[in-house]
Amino acid sequence: MDVLTGNAGVFASGFFVTFQIVLLAAVGALVLGTLVAAMRISPLPPLRWLGTAYVTVVRNTPLTIVFFMTAFGLPEIGVDAGFLRIPLLDSLFTRLGTDVPYFRFAIVALTVYTAAFVCEALRAGVNAVQPGQSEAGRSLGLTFTQNLRLIVLPQAGRATVVPLGSVIIAMIKNSALAGAFGVAGDLFQTSDELTSAQGLPAIPVFIGVAAGYLILTVPLGLLLDRIERSQAVTR
Amino acid sequence: MSSQVLYDSPGPRTRRYTLIGSLVFGALALAGLYAFVYRPLAANNQFSADLWGPLADPSNENFPLVWDRIRTGFANTLAAATLAIAASLIVGTALGVLRFRLAAVVAAPRPRTASARWWAVRTAVWVLNVVTRVFVEFFRGLPVVLTIFFTARILPEYGVDLPTRYFLVIGLALYNSVIIGEILRSGMANLPRGQREAAEAIGLSGTQTVLSILLPQAFRIMLPALISQVVVVLKDTSLGFIISYEEALQVASQIIQVLHNPIQVYAVIAAIYIALNYALSRLATYAQRRIARGRKSPPGAVVPDVLVPSRLGGAGEGPL
Repeated sequence: MDVLTGNAGVFASGFFVTFQIVLLAAVGALVLGTLVAAMRISPLPPLRWLGTAYVTVVRNTPLTIVFFMTAFGLPEIGVDAGFLRIPLLDSLFTRLGTDVPYFRFAIVALTVYTAAFVCEALRAGVNAVQPGQSEAGRSLGLTFTQNLRLIVLPQAGRATVVPLGSVIIAMIKNSALAGAFGVAGDLFQTSDELTSAQGLPAIPVFIGVAAGYLILTVPLGLLLDRIERSQAVTR
Repeated sequence: MSSQVLYDSPGPRTRRYTLIGSLVFGALALAGLYAFVYRPLAANNQFSADLWGPLADPSNENFPLVWDRIRTGFANTLAAATLAIAASLIVGTALGVLRFRLAAVVAAPRPRTASARWWAVRTAVWVLNVVTRVFVEFFRGLPVVLTIFFTARILPEYGVDLPTRYFLVIGLALYNSVIIGEILRSGMANLPRGQREAAEAIGLSGTQTVLSILLPQAFRIMLPALISQVVVVLKDTSLGFIISYEEALQVASQIIQVLHNPIQVYAVIAAIYIALNYALSRLATYAQRRIARGRKSPPGAVVPDVLVPSRLGGAGEGPL
């Protein structure tokens, strides 16, 4: 118990770092994932192939390798993910602008990995819309954009919320790997620091760190359950 | 093709536009790959024989040694993955059955004259139900890295000294048995009610119903989800490097320390992983098709919703 109360500040700052990683990577993954999904459902075969290749490769690669590639591969070709030093954003998330690139690498790795799953969730949503819907739209004389905007996307969006939420929950858990790849002070690295370097007993530290992750994942999971149940009725 | 929903079958003009668009965007994509992937790699000499030789050139002095190490690494990966999968399936099935039975007992109506013994049993069941629920929610919401790491930290503190492999297996199994348990439980819960009623009508007890009627069907319906979970376990085995288990990625790091070619080594390891997992995913698709084509699933056995494993596990496709 003393371990928990005595290090409350450490746990809290770990939680804050993890939260920042999750937030930035979620935005990145949603943007990139939407882009890849658009490619995968586009009418142009080369774009479809590119999207499919991306998803197949990334989904079958362990996240660990993606992290190794960014953390040790990118420096080999002189990339420090400096494009993430976005002017206003880096005063809000101060770690984006530091000279130590690992925070940025973590966001790149999580974004690249999660985007593949975001893409699949979105694509499944579009495919869940019955073909008759857009056929009806076309026979009413709607143009392609109107059809997409008024008929397909609203229905697809509803079918997408829950799978997307699951992807984000998975990403929150995956963000723990950042701590193993040089991001100092996130929840996972904190647990290593407290048990290895300071020699604190493992169980209380485990409880503290676990609480940090559960605060993020459990409420989101419950929310999704509720959305799912309310949708089951409307469907 | 996925575009079925969005597009009519193309006419001659659309086909022409598609062709032109394909050529333009195909060229753009190739240019992009050249500018953002090939050029940076080439500019930093990442295609040199020095870096690729030990991996790709059999006459290189390091070639046999490197591949011998990689083989050891993957042998260890597969060994740990197999153990973890077996353990998760056994514990997960037990957990799923237990949770399903507990929920059924809790939901059963109260007899008109409830004895003290009935209340005692009912309270015990209720408590057990809550305990397993908390257990499930707890491990489902945690990163696997965390369970692996702390398994390797906590158990030795209590004098349990195992080879690293078993810490990895326990850590993986803790998480994945919960997921598999939930997959099977929701599989059983979503079977048509007639199955259970028929079993009751011919006089099977609750446990008999589950073991000989519901569980086999749940396994069959959930086979694709179970196989994608197996892919997840295989991918997650790579987390063994956190506790210095000598699996493929740990071996890769050792090779890189000597040869200084991270991009090349990780690319090769990734390719092997992709081949393994892709084969497994194809197996899942094949199984799914067999099931759809084989015995007609009973009407009302709604598969799609429960088939999204990420909904249950998060990894699902997810976690790692």
